[in-house]
Amino acid sequence: MNWWQRLWRKREQEDRLDRELRFHLESRIADNIRAGMSEEEARRRARLEFGGIEGVKEECREARGTAWVDSTWQDIRFSLRLLRRTPAFTVAAVCTLALGIGANTAIFQLLDAVRLRNLPVPNPQQLARIQIRNGNGGFGITNDFYDLTYPLLEEVRRHQQAFAYVFGWRTYDDVRFGEGAKARHVKGLLVSGELFPALELRPAAGRLFNREDDRPGCTASGVVLSYPFWQSQFGGRTSAIGSKVMILDRPYEVVGVTPARFSGLEVGTKFDIAAPMCTAASASPEDFTRRDFFWVTVMGRLKPGVSLRRASDQLQAISPGILEATLPSGYSAKVLENYRKLRLEAVPAGNGISSLRDQYDTSLWLLLGITGLVLLIACANLGNLMLARASVRQREFAVRLALGASRGRLIRQSLAESLLLAAAGGALGLGLARALSQSIIWFLTTENDAPQLDLSTDWRMLAFTAAVATLACMIFGLAPALRSSQTEPGAAIKSGGRSLTEGREHFSVQRLLVVVQISVSLVLVVGALLFVGSFRNLMTLDPGFREKGILLAFFDTSRLKLPDAQAKSFERQLLEEVRSIPQVEAAATTTNILIDGGSWSLGVRAGSVEDVSKFTWVSPGHFKTLETPLLAGRDFSETDTATSPKVAIVNQTFVRRVFGGVNPIGRTFRTSPEPNYPATEYQIVGVIKDTRYYNLRDQPPPMSYAPADQFPAGSASAMYIRSSAPLAALSSAIQRRLTASHPELGMEFRVFQKQIEDTLMRERLMAALSGFFGALAVLLATIGLYGVIAYLVVRRRNEIGIRMALGASRAQVVGLIMKDAALLVAIGVAIGAVCSLALAQTAASLLFGLKTYDPLTFLAAALALAAVAGLGSYLPARRASRLDPMTALRYE
Amino acid sequence: MPRSDLPQGTLDLLILKVATLGPIHGYAIAQRIQQISRDALQVQQGSLYPALHRLENKGLLAAEWKESETGREAKFYRLTAKGRRQLKSETEDWHRLSAAVGLILRLSDGESS
Repeated sequence: MNWWQRLWRKREQEDRLDRELRFHLESRIADNIRAGMSEEEARRRARLEFGGIEGVKEECREARGTAWVDSTWQDIRFSLRLLRRTPAFTVAAVCTLALGIGANTAIFQLLDAVRLRNLPVPNPQQLARIQIRNGNGGFGITNDFYDLTYPLLEEVRRHQQAFAYVFGWRTYDDVRFGEGAKARHVKGLLVSGELFPALELRPAAGRLFNREDDRPGCTASGVVLSYPFWQSQFGGRTSAIGSKVMILDRPYEVVGVTPARFSGLEVGTKFDIAAPMCTAASASPEDFTRRDFFWVTVMGRLKPGVSLRRASDQLQAISPGILEATLPSGYSAKVLENYRKLRLEAVPAGNGISSLRDQYDTSLWLLLGITGLVLLIACANLGNLMLARASVRQREFAVRLALGASRGRLIRQSLAESLLLAAAGGALGLGLARALSQSIIWFLTTENDAPQLDLSTDWRMLAFTAAVATLACMIFGLAPALRSSQTEPGAAIKSGGRSLTEGREHFSVQRLLVVVQISVSLVLVVGALLFVGSFRNLMTLDPGFREKGILLAFFDTSRLKLPDAQAKSFERQLLEEVRSIPQVEAAATTTNILIDGGSWSLGVRAGSVEDVSKFTWVSPGHFKTLETPLLAGRDFSETDTATSPKVAIVNQTFVRRVFGGVNPIGRTFRTSPEPNYPATEYQIVGVIKDTRYYNLRDQPPPMSYAPADQFPAGSASAMYIRSSAPLAALSSAIQRRLTASHPELGMEFRVFQKQIEDTLMRERLMAALSGFFGALAVLLATIGLYGVIAYLVVRRRNEIGIRMALGASRAQVVGLIMKDAALLVAIGVAIGAVCSLALAQTAASLLFGLKTYDPLTFLAAALALAAVAGLGSYLPARRASRLDPMTALRYE
Repeated sequence: MPRSDLPQGTLDLLILKVATLGPIHGYAIAQRIQQISRDALQVQQGSLYPALHRLENKGLLAAEWKESETGREAKFYRLTAKGRRQLKSETEDWHRLSAAVGLILRLSDGESS
């Protein structure tokens, strides 16, 4: 029989033990009677010889090896009874813990999803991303600094030896799927034929692509669906395989479905459909030959036995040859020199690649730290409450010790209580964590971008929760447990064992806990103020242009089948039509929207000065639309046409950097050539005030504007539209008007201000969460302080009574108590300030417009904390001063 | 006759030895130990049972409920193969130990006389 079988058959066991011992006793009695004793004497002798029956039973149980289970079960039942008797304490404790553990688990869950989870493919550790070391710095046309051009991918495939497969892909956000009115936009992947074989994925239905599907000039057009897309669009029917679908107005055949768990290689995104790269080549064959268009994300699966290190070294070794073979044309020698300096490397990619990771990594680790500190404060609070409970129960402990309970048993019982609380808090926290992490995702979701994260509960999350709960239990449970076992039976049982003034050392653990709470709270408050301050600085920053009441419009003219020559005139026509709508106050076209992360640069040269400037082509009225002040010169006008002399308007930084700050009107500069952008001489006709360019954080770079009509590479696709009317109504008015005149024109609208604010998502998240946790920390610390001071007042009742009887005034009593509290707060704040100074460094990269040691922030945090803590200790102090001396003296 | 307390750990050995005689219940074991030792050993009868349960738990003894000589149900213990091996090795240990101790005692007697 196993011990657990014994446990379940406990009653039977007990019964048998009883029968066995009774048999012994009764046999002995019978023998004694046979030997001539009276029955009473026989019974007495038998018992005497046998010894204490209950003791023997207990020893037998122990010998069976289930005693510890029994006594643990006893401890748990006893603790449950105790906790039920104090429901307020229990509820408060469990809720505090649930909040603390839940917050930690939620943040961990996000970290897990973004960073720790491996891709759902066999041997994910063999996957590596093949990328440009340190990025290409924005060379040519760049999607992502680490992406490769298609010719580079081919060269790598040809020369590398470390990988069994090398494959690439590109994600497209808005792929038109279906026909006519039913057409909708889906997320599409363009993949190498090797992608699915390399990932060793098994199709959920049909088949996936292989090398044969991705031959140059392939004719058969197959498409693979993602599992969720198959479910939602085709009801998961196998008849979907082989059916025809329209993608970008071309027919495709559905050949298969990817497995349910696979959502692509980019964490935080999803895809609906995937097609082989060759099928898209006929639509944009240029992409596959251009040597300055970095658009393919490349990965490889290492050959068995080849280390990542070796693969990376090999890539670096073959880089010069590969780069020489893919040298782009149309660039100046200096730019090509930079191209030759690029190096390839391999980095681990078993957990996929993720822009969320790069963006939120620091934030999430910081938040995990913050929630950890909140939990620490919560634990300190609970520890204090438990200590208070332990001292109330001191007499009970003393009695149990005197009756022979071991100290170990007392510690165990006390820990059982903590463990129950931690377990309940952990379980509740797990539920809370799901809600919390979902809300954070929801918080991060913008109109254009919804993070897709797998937030299912996995073993890592469960293990984390269990670990956090156990740790918490250790922190808040150990001190009271040790305290209870240190009880001196004799001293505690004596009811008069209390002196008039309370001994200090007995109380020092509680004081220590309060100091810890205060100092940790200060760290959190400082953090919160820094993040909130940074967010406010960014929100109130003047970017140098108007954000309010600006609508962004994006036009898709691909279905109009316009000849290239008419593109520009159509653009002008659209602008005129938009301007003619009554609510529109001003409108202008542009090749680049400010603060959307996009950027276009050209090398510039004026005399001997060489620099790089951002370049944007805009229609006349651009600066008026955005209300960017023109400091000197003139705006573009209708007379600046494709054939007139090339003119430019530059910003102050450009003037400072290129012309040393002197008035540049009438001066010229020359751009360095790039494909489609031949070297051009521009004459400066105006200077504008500096504005932010691709984000709000960075200082303005040198910027140049040129007239839309002089744009060498096609036509502008975006429009700024200013209006004081509600923008939602405006966009539908524009849509009605333009659809009437151009039914085939595709268009999309966004609100400029919203789009800019969405770029501050991370700052907003940090401000909101750190603010919330900071407030929570202060609240918890204040409750802790209140509890300790109130407890202190109760313990010092007699002393206070005597002082008052001897003539101490109420103010003096309040002062007496407050002095004690003030000392704790002062020590806590001092320690907290030092810790904050050290810890704020870790957040430096997330701050804006504030130093990590911003004195005002520190002062405000300390004052706020002191004020709240003052209130928390004033309440019990005031109560102490209202004591009636007689009652206080009589109090035992 | 003076009675000696049982040295620590020897109770198990005695129980195993007595159990070689065949299935036997706890009361009979107590009686037998007292008889064989000619009442020289003092065994608190109660302390027998934890030892029996411990030996059963270790698999040195096996137990079953059977009718006793008086017609009542009693728990009978018998030696298992493992118990037999244990008894053999412990008996040898005991002999070695007592021989060694006896030798030392005789030697020191010789020196002092």
